[in-house]
Amino acid sequence: MTIEQQPEIKTELETRAPATEVVELLRFSTAGSVDDGKSTLIGRLLYDTRQIFEDQLDDARRASQTRGDPSMELALLMDGLRAEREQGITIDVAYRYFATPKRKFIIADTPGHIQYTRNMVTGASTAELAVILVDARKGIVTQTKRHTFISTLLRIPHLVIAINKMDLVDYSQAVYERIMNEFNDFAAKLRVQDVVFIPISALHGDNVVHKSVNMPWYDGPTLLHYLETVNVGATRNLVDFRFPVQYVIRPNQDFRGFAGQIASGRIRSGEEVAVLPSGLTTRVKSIVTFDGELSEAVAGDSVVLTLEDEIDISRGDMIVRVHNLPQKANRLDALICWMDEEPLDPRRTYWLQHTTRTVKALISDVNYRIDVDTMHREQADTLRLNDIGRVQLTTTQPLFFDPYDKNRATGSFILIDPFTNRTVAGGMIRDMTRDVDELVEEERPSVTVRRPVSQNVVWESGALTREMRERLKGHKAAVLWFTGLSGSGKSTVAKALERRLFEMGVHTFFIDGDNLRHGLNGDLGFTPEDRAENIRRAAEVARLAFEHGNVVLASFISPYERDREFARSLIPAGRFFEVYVKCDVEVCKRRDPKGLYARALRGEIKNFTGVDAPYEEPRAPELVVETDLQSVDDIVETILQELVRVGIVPPSTEADA
Amino acid sequence: MPNTSYRRTHLQQLESEAMYVMREVAAQFERPVLLFSGGKDSIVLVHLARKAFYPGKIPFPLLHIDTGHNFPETLEFRDRLVEKIGAHLIVRYVQDSIDQGRVKEERGPYASRNALQTVTLLDAIEEFRFDAAIGGARRDEEKARAKERFFSHRDQFGQWDPKNQRPELWTLYNGRKGPGEHFRVFPLSNWTELDVWMYIKREGIELPSLYFAHRRQVVNRLGVWLAVSDIVQPLPGEEVAEKTVRFRTIGDMTCTGAVESNATTIDDIIMEVATARVTERGARADDKVSEAAMEDRKRQGYF
Repeated sequence: MTIEQQPEIKTELETRAPATEVVELLRFSTAGSVDDGKSTLIGRLLYDTRQIFEDQLDDARRASQTRGDPSMELALLMDGLRAEREQGITIDVAYRYFATPKRKFIIADTPGHIQYTRNMVTGASTAELAVILVDARKGIVTQTKRHTFISTLLRIPHLVIAINKMDLVDYSQAVYERIMNEFNDFAAKLRVQDVVFIPISALHGDNVVHKSVNMPWYDGPTLLHYLETVNVGATRNLVDFRFPVQYVIRPNQDFRGFAGQIASGRIRSGEEVAVLPSGLTTRVKSIVTFDGELSEAVAGDSVVLTLEDEIDISRGDMIVRVHNLPQKANRLDALICWMDEEPLDPRRTYWLQHTTRTVKALISDVNYRIDVDTMHREQADTLRLNDIGRVQLTTTQPLFFDPYDKNRATGSFILIDPFTNRTVAGGMIRDMTRDVDELVEEERPSVTVRRPVSQNVVWESGALTREMRERLKGHKAAVLWFTGLSGSGKSTVAKALERRLFEMGVHTFFIDGDNLRHGLNGDLGFTPEDRAENIRRAAEVARLAFEHGNVVLASFISPYERDREFARSLIPAGRFFEVYVKCDVEVCKRRDPKGLYARALRGEIKNFTGVDAPYEEPRAPELVVETDLQSVDDIVETILQELVRVGIVPPSTEADA
Repeated sequence: MPNTSYRRTHLQQLESEAMYVMREVAAQFERPVLLFSGGKDSIVLVHLARKAFYPGKIPFPLLHIDTGHNFPETLEFRDRLVEKIGAHLIVRYVQDSIDQGRVKEERGPYASRNALQTVTLLDAIEEFRFDAAIGGARRDEEKARAKERFFSHRDQFGQWDPKNQRPELWTLYNGRKGPGEHFRVFPLSNWTELDVWMYIKREGIELPSLYFAHRRQVVNRLGVWLAVSDIVQPLPGEEVAEKTVRFRTIGDMTCTGAVESNATTIDDIIMEVATARVTERGARADDKVSEAAMEDRKRQGYF
């Protein structure tokens, strides 16, 4: 069938004109094997959303008639270069654009052949979502695994498994479910954050833009509906302010500004900042743009910063918050994808480009190569084109970085061959290289709060262990520590989550500042010392409840990092979840549920966080939720998914059963 | 800007990306240049360059390759813009390349100087030893451009090898090059025609009058409406018609086709573009020659 023979779509098209209003942007990648119908799917998306023009359609129609295969029509719309057209396959990343009234989309269309891992990595590097095509007749094949693995490696937060060619398996629900199970079995080993399965027929249009009449058993979203509604911005780190200086602007003696794009976090004028590598501190004097000065700028904005003090700053330096520093190291532990014909040479130095800084680097050790098809680690001395491996790098000057997991922008780098100037590898920093000696020395130096222990008291372990209680309850114990400004919605979120957990049969324990201060902590005020004591007691209570097998929801402003670190230090690794409940302070002031901001602003309350006492943003919270941007239901769902993902609570369907 | 939300619209994101790319060019290259055609995309580029380096001036010159077949409105607009923003403008003429015997003028009624520009451009790049030329090309314009990089490497002969382009990951652009090589840089890579128009509206950017509907004498040649002028005269059998038209792209008068339109404001144009059924290059005779016409010209060093 050719696309023109579908009159019902033609009429529908008229209502699907692209947006002329400003909309959100979603970048996603597509990957599939040679015959999975990826080009047809993209052609379908573009055609059904009215992005295909008459002259493009004419070209494609002519070309498909030349080949005598009318089903190629949609695919031919997509294939760009002549070499590919001759081979009938795509061989490089191609970028496509379409828009609906809700969103603009940028597709990084990556080919699926074995030798093109590098293209998949390239396409995935800027994507927030990956659409992975599966042929319903073939199910999960090696290439599906490779695409999924690379998507998770690059930390693409959302995966869509588009099970295509459903028309060729009689739109069978059983086939759909079998593939879904197959995928889940294999993906259990990977860090998949969010995945949906959509049964489609790209050729006929089922569940791409329009809901399929052939699959009444499927009640999920169409592909386009999902793309239009999935949460965007998950890769954007809004917490850790990092400003790599790109270019110095000095039009005259009186102006000296530092141009750059905020890599992550936020900054306001007047805030105290540190400049790396010098370590000198100053304040932001102004945030300058062509359209006027801003009071605040955020990750992704291209701005110019001016500073209160004259500090020598050049390209490659990084401006950060005084209390939130990136790591600094010249020995790095990283995963890299080799992208050049010439294999990695451990005796050579390469240029390493990281943020706006370029340094020389030596690959001091190749730890292992990862077989992208089986995900097995193999011993290797070098890496070749399309290999992915873990390496140790040594750089001539230290880098200021964050692990890639926390921050794509400051955790990524490329390697450049100094002779050919080619980009030979893309890399993701895991951490600084650590030796065993260093690990021992570094053990928990950050907790400075004194933990008093009463004399002559022995910890009562009881006859029952936490593990026994966990087995009885059917879930694991954990502490969710909600921190954020007053009025940010910590307790609202925690209580809503508690209700959901309760309904799932999970044993919970809720404490917040109010219920503790009314009794146990009634003797404490709001000085930093009293706040520390307040948190110390709260953390100890949380620990007792935790040891009894509960999922503890602790909701405290807890503005000081060291206090939160203390709470964390009481709970085993992997069981403590710092949940940063983020909300703009202005919004909190407007909400002011208890009238406290009003009183603090009138001076009736002293040391009020956000008014005359500081709030230290969490550096590395397990979760960040934004109550001024997301609904409580969405937030609860996000947290719940995380608890399921890490295995604290079983998936809700099982709990219901 | 409201500080209650950290969301950014797609235009804000595209703008920030383009400014970032411009600043990378200024930082990584010694002698960049901005290719200015007088068309809306290059006018938007100039606007973005002003924003990227504000309060400083644009730290590189603008280069216009004048085919001698420009619309007079384009040249007037160019000169006014350059004066207003205090930019440094360099003009090189295809006529000079013809006079020097560097290129041979096409003959006949379908002759165009479009292809000849490439030689004049490459000569100018060599003359000034430009190492990066910023252009307004977008990936949505044409199939061959869908795989173009932000930083597109050109060899010593100014040529583009689609098989030998560097992978571009995250926002890390590799501008390292050997002697004699240069880069073409495309800050508007991720923009569509509609994005450009929406941005022009948002920013209140001034455009040449050619983009808006006006009465004009035109002649239909090979399915394209060409403006009648000194350079384009009706051939025997061709009829001159007066129509209300506008131009969706602005290039050489010999090959830039007009479309019939009543769009007199930016809003009219946005509505027209949003509902258009033909690509903007669909009205250009130079892309129609063969299925892979653009790819062939790009390989040779076209814009």
